[in-house]
Amino acid sequence: MYQRNELLTGWGRTAASAATVALPAPGEDPRVALESVVRDPHRAARGLVARGLGRSYGDSAQNGGGLVLKLPSGGLLLDSDSGTLTAEAGTSLDEILRVIVPQGWFVPVTPGTRYVTVGGAIAADIHGKNHHRDGTFGAHVRSLDLLTADGQVRTLRPDSADEFERDLFAATVGGMGLTGVILRATFGLLPIETSKILVDTRRTRDLDDVMERMVAADDSATYSVAWIDSVAKGKRFGRGVLTTGEHAPLAALTGPDLKDPTGYNPSMLASAPPFVPGGLLTPLTVRAFNEAWYRKAPLSRDAEVQSIPAFFHPLDGVGDWNRIYGPKGFLQYQFAVPDSGAHVVRLALEELQRIGAPSFLSVLKRFGPDNGFPLSFPMKGWTLALDLPAAVDSLGSTLDSLDEAVLAAGGRFYLAKDSRTTPATLAAGYPQIDRFRAVKAAIDPDHLFVSDQSRRLGL
Amino acid sequence: MINAVKQPQSVVLLGGTSEIGLAIVRALPTARLQRVVLAGRPSERLAAAVDELAAGLAGVDVSSVEFDADRPDTHAEVLDSIAAGGDIDVIIVAFGVLGDQEEINAEPAAALPLIQTNYVGGASALLQSADLLRRQGRGSIIVLSSVAGDRARASNFVYGSTKAGLDALAQGLSDSLVDAGVSVLVVRPGFVHTRMTEGLTEAPFATTAEAVAADTAKAWAAGKHVVYSPPVLRAVMGAMKALPRPVFRKVSAR
Ligand SMILES: Cc1cc2nc3c(=O)[nH]c(=O)nc-3n(C[C@H](O)[C@H](O)[C@H](O)COP(=O)(O)OP(=O)(O)OC[C@H]3O[C@@H](n4cnc5c(N)ncnc54)[C@H](O)[C@@H]3O)c2cc1C
Ligand SMILES: NC(=O)c1ccc[n+]([C@@H]2O[C@H](COP(=O)([O-])OP(=O)(O)OC[C@H]3O[C@@H](n4cnc5c(N)ncnc54)[C@H](OP(=O)(O)O)[C@@H]3O)[C@@H](O)[C@H]2O)c1
Repeated sequence: MYQRNELLTGWGRTAASAATVALPAPGEDPRVALESVVRDPHRAARGLVARGLGRSYGDSAQNGGGLVLKLPSGGLLLDSDSGTLTAEAGTSLDEILRVIVPQGWFVPVTPGTRYVTVGGAIAADIHGKNHHRDGTFGAHVRSLDLLTADGQVRTLRPDSADEFERDLFAATVGGMGLTGVILRATFGLLPIETSKILVDTRRTRDLDDVMERMVAADDSATYSVAWIDSVAKGKRFGRGVLTTGEHAPLAALTGPDLKDPTGYNPSMLASAPPFVPGGLLTPLTVRAFNEAWYRKAPLSRDAEVQSIPAFFHPLDGVGDWNRIYGPKGFLQYQFAVPDSGAHVVRLALEELQRIGAPSFLSVLKRFGPDNGFPLSFPMKGWTLALDLPAAVDSLGSTLDSLDEAVLAAGGRFYLAKDSRTTPATLAAGYPQIDRFRAVKAAIDPDHLFVSDQSRRLGL
Repeated sequence: MINAVKQPQSVVLLGGTSEIGLAIVRALPTARLQRVVLAGRPSERLAAAVDELAAGLAGVDVSSVEFDADRPDTHAEVLDSIAAGGDIDVIIVAFGVLGDQEEINAEPAAALPLIQTNYVGGASALLQSADLLRRQGRGSIIVLSSVAGDRARASNFVYGSTKAGLDALAQGLSDSLVDAGVSVLVVRPGFVHTRMTEGLTEAPFATTAEAVAADTAKAWAAGKHVVYSPPVLRAVMGAMKALPRPVFRKVSAR
């Protein structure tokens, strides 16, 4: 199997570590990589972890001194009778959308980028703008094949008759690659009449205004997300732009869109976001961007027809935008709090303003109920995600005190974004973490599956 | 792990009683610190250093292990035994002796123990530390060099030469590790008031262990590869190196 040494980071480009990256060719058995680790005591001591497209922000898809397994993408099996897709774990949502959208199907959940793999989507149990309606990606997985430490490949289903298999499924969805390597999965798709989204946009006055409108949209909108101007102060504090969306029915299309209702061409992004500045980010460019983004949005607009890339993946039109933070990189601080913890959203924005940490992208979403998987992040209430340059003075201590506020409000942190929290803080947010640990101890007693993140957080 | 905001979880100090070394341990970010290992020759001083450090770092596991710079054959084993307790984020190479130049002038063989500890021991500790961190795929080394190595002077040139050698080794090592996820920070202090310099006449720009530690921690967080302390010495030593020999002899003899 082809292997090479690589210095790896997550999307935030912090805390690099060097590992041996194994790249099985399509059809090549990934068990060979596992066996090469098990056989050699030195390699076994450093273990292995799977890596998708490295879109998690922190250190979850890297394994210093050990092996990192990158699965190839592979063929897709679309079953239009059952409305399911079977995909190799290394396949990206980008590749999948190019095949299924023209055939009238959509993925059940998409994150803010289509450059994530099926393996990464399941391992992080990702959520989209429709979580309040449709839950996480993992909730739509009908079955998955998992290569475990003993060299076996197990087919796991959420409704398996075997209790341990059910537990292993639950621990794998959101389990950040620590139970084994997901090799392929079958998940439900959403039928769509067109490849267009009908988007409503509202510019909102302040934070209360945004949050009230979002709660109201819980029942009415399939997709809903708010971008928050993290720079605005005083009366305008927390103002933002709320967008909600629905898949457009055929009847909603007019003109040229009607010629090819399910046409999908992600490379033709109608409006590439104008904001990414040429050089490196500075507090000044962040301020200017936040202002421009707010101003650019219409005060109110209904049923605007947008493409899938424009609505779901606007950042994908800008290559390597994660480099604008310079060599020190950045991190994303994302937490979830129950509705009763809504005040923490305000507190987080205030505190980061206070220390002058410019957030270039601040996104507020609603979450529906959790799915009971022990490490799955979403929980009923709010989630706020803030991109922050890592080099800001006192960022570490400010986030530590925000961590406490999040925990006090009954909230938690997202492993796919985390690059700095503590073992205790992580665990305090996941009351079922011992269920995860029990499965891990049973299926991987020698901790063969490890990542920099799992070492840092004692997972 | 050193996290995204550069907070380490574990620190090892080779030269566990070094005043500068201990000050650096305290000056590095402590918010995520879980374990500190002071490696040194067993002594009351070492035991006291463990207690004192532990008292200031609530919840951190502070311990000591036996480490003799003069026994390079044991260095790999000592480091491996520490790593058996978990990955190491930062290794500070702080041990060193000043030696007595006048004694060496009278008896050349007196230079050998100094060379042995500072250069042979230092080189061995650096290389073994680098090897261990390379196997982890990540980590940082902080090594105590000295401005004395920038341009050796008559009053302590053997010491200066050991630091020059160690400094050169550390720089080359640093470059050899760029793809290994391992970084090396070379610290070049001037005259520092510690046990080592007790009773000596103070040199210009004399400083304290705490000040050196603060400069070091700042440079480490910024990802620098070399730091002078106090920082003004970078320019001063630049000028010193450019001086004609007779002038340098006079200036450095004061
Ligand atoms: C611009 C941007 C927007 C984003 N928006 C969202 C969003 O809206 N919602 C959301 O939930 N997330 C979002 N994310 C995060 C992203 O969806 C997750 O981090 C996702 O896991 C990345 O997938 P990946 O394939 O890149 O996985 P990687 O980042 O490479 O890996 C992530 C984790 O999955 C594990 N893993 C990967 N493949 C496998 C496998 N085959 N078997 C077992 N484990 C595996 C890895 O070990 C690691 O722990 C966003 C990220 C970016 C960069
Ligand atoms: N002080 C200065 O002005 C100055 C200036 C520039 C650079 N430096 C360098 O900074 C470093 C730290 O110095 P310091 O000022 O902190 O002095 P210090 O307090 O005297 O520390 C010296 C350390 O070296 C240890 N050591 C000596 N020989 C050893 C051996 N064979 N094995 C193991 N440990 C040994 C000592 O341990 P024991 O307790 O066992 O003796 C002590 O921990 C040294 O490398 C020094 O050269 C100092």
